Amino acid sequence: MTTLTDPPKAGFRLSQLIYDTRYRSITIQVIAMILVVLGLYWLVNNTIQNLAALGKDFDFGFLSQPAGYDINQRLVEYTSQSTHGSAAFVGILNTLLVAFLGCILATILGVIAGVLRLSKNWIVNKLMAVYVEGFRNVPLLLWIIAIFALMTEGMPQPRDFKVGGDAAMILGESVAVTNRGVYVPGVVLENGWFANPAVNWLVIIGTLIVSLFVIRLIRRRADRIQEATGVRPTTWWQQLALLIVPAGLVLFLMGAAMQYPYIRGFNFTDGIHLRNSLIALWLALSLYTGAFIAEIVRAGILAISKGQSEAAAALGLRPSRTMNLVILPQAMRVIIPPLISQYLNLTKNSSLAIAVGYMDVRSTLGGITINQTGRELEGMLLLGAFYLVLSLLISGVMNVYNNRTQLKER
Amino acid sequence: MKKSVLLGAMTVAGLAAGAAGAATLDDVKARGTLNCGVTTGLTGFAAPDANGVWEGFDVGVCRAVAAAVLGDPMAVEFVPTTGQTRFTALASGEIDMLARNTTWTFSRDVDLKFTFVGVNYYDGQGFMVPRDLGVSSAKDLDGATVCIQTGTTTELNLADYFRTNNISYEPVPIETNAEAQQQYLAGACDVYTTDASGLAATRATFENPGDHVLLPEIVSKEPLGPLVRHGDDEWGDVVRWTLNALITAEELNVSSANIEELSAGTNNPEINRLLGTEGELGAMLGLDADWAKNAIMAGGNYGELFEKNIGENTPIGLARGLNAQWTDGGLIYSPPFR
Repeated sequence: MTTLTDPPKAGFRLSQLIYDTRYRSITIQVIAMILVVLGLYWLVNNTIQNLAALGKDFDFGFLSQPAGYDINQRLVEYTSQSTHGSAAFVGILNTLLVAFLGCILATILGVIAGVLRLSKNWIVNKLMAVYVEGFRNVPLLLWIIAIFALMTEGMPQPRDFKVGGDAAMILGESVAVTNRGVYVPGVVLENGWFANPAVNWLVIIGTLIVSLFVIRLIRRRADRIQEATGVRPTTWWQQLALLIVPAGLVLFLMGAAMQYPYIRGFNFTDGIHLRNSLIALWLALSLYTGAFIAEIVRAGILAISKGQSEAAAALGLRPSRTMNLVILPQAMRVIIPPLISQYLNLTKNSSLAIAVGYMDVRSTLGGITINQTGRELEGMLLLGAFYLVLSLLISGVMNVYNNRTQLKER
Repeated sequence: MKKSVLLGAMTVAGLAAGAAGAATLDDVKARGTLNCGVTTGLTGFAAPDANGVWEGFDVGVCRAVAAAVLGDPMAVEFVPTTGQTRFTALASGEIDMLARNTTWTFSRDVDLKFTFVGVNYYDGQGFMVPRDLGVSSAKDLDGATVCIQTGTTTELNLADYFRTNNISYEPVPIETNAEAQQQYLAGACDVYTTDASGLAATRATFENPGDHVLLPEIVSKEPLGPLVRHGDDEWGDVVRWTLNALITAEELNVSSANIEELSAGTNNPEINRLLGTEGELGAMLGLDADWAKNAIMAGGNYGELFEKNIGENTPIGLARGLNAQWTDGGLIYSPPFR
């Protein structure tokens, strides 16, 4: 005898939306979606209403109006007659410059401090602990201002370098450390191939990149030979020559000459002027982020099993080679993901530039331009979009690198 | 519970944002204090004294408005603003009025949507240099490093002046006057430029004011005055006529010393109208009849405010010059109280 249960009725009751697990999750999602849309609608509507109440429109036309203000540090041609758009671009380049320099220095400092903090030498490891804790636990803004104040108050004025003054240039009369920044010798191209000096420098950088590419080919060839025969051919002189000769040749053909700073009138002229604002921001960002990176590096190294270094020691590797060849390459897998966040932090923290008058994009577009044109909403949206795109780019590039260092599981 | 609090907060925020555009006078009365935007500290114009009480020429305008509206000159919440934050603070309704040596310009009036209610100080942009630099004219400043407050008209004037005169300079952008003072004294910049009154006020606080000179060039017109948001004319009228009351009081020799006596009634109908013993000017503004009397008693008339805060007997030592009454050949002129 077989008993058949009745097939479920095809009816649908409204209460099923809550009590039936098949529908409940959909119900919750639909409600959440409606709330989010309502929230967004409220925000946008509120903005539109308030703009209307203030009698303001939403217009990016101000970007093509003349800016009217000067910017001290400009990596591209800019005058007060240029547009707000180009002022923003000058600011963007300044942000990129300090973020780039900061990431490099922070990484160097962080790796050194992180490795040294694991040192068996008591003094070295405590010194690094002091560095890490000191910078990690004091707000970044204070460090920026402290370094800036140290430079402004502690260094001599340019006019003290004049004849009869009590300050002198260092490093063979080539570098002047003043309270307005550091003046270092620069290289000028006396007969560049292109009228625009920036293009000339791009040509030189391009040459260097090609050289580096060829050097990589040579190294790969050496690797192949080493794997096949066990003997690595000597390539260091080829690498060195490739690095120096092509770029040097281009520089020579362009008539490169050193230009030393000298005092004239109120300030030093010629050479390169590293402003206090840049130095303070760069050093503070690097030291601060470096402290975090040091901890990340330490964590990465500690994550590698002790057996690895013991095995390396058993093979007769010296401690420094153990670190470079065995521990660090493996630690990279642990280090890189949090390192990406630190790079992003550093880049975004560079917007503290205004504290020392460094003209980054926050100070030009997000500061003076907004103030002169009254376009707060547009300016802030652009600024937000810029930092978003920059952060996504950095994390995109670093993720590619991360994927290459990860364990390849086959 | 939490959700309802959040929603409630959002509703309140929405309503507050919606209401910011209108009826500032009612808001101020309901709140019982006036939110007045001032500088972060410029001796003589707006700075806290040793007891933390704000005082100065611009502060005097704030106190006069508070006295006119609320009857209490101390009912002012001072909001320090920088050159960059001031307009946002005013536009967003964070402050009811801004009295922060702000220059009346076309674009600020028309494009930024503010109403300048008058001029309380006619100024111009000047340059200050250390005496031992040996500079006697702004034209000698080729290659100099110039400290400048960002987000100000001086920043634009400076760019224009140096460009038209074909001289180069290195701008050092600065947020506040205090910062500029520190940088200038440290020699991080050769020149400090801002409104000449501000330079005089800053120099007065130096240890050795005599070591610094103001260059003879005045490179711009800087009419400084209080301002309010566009679109609330009632409130604009209150601030405008409070300022005018201070100016008229000086013209009619009504001072904080004799105001009690005069408010008993005089033969001069304009004084009577001003002090509320004749006519209904106060009611027209939506204020008490003795609004102007309160405003004048808050810190004295225009001349008294000037002499007490920035005049020749103060360390700042500014002469009346353009800021004398029109009857003395100056530009200070109030429309009649009628």
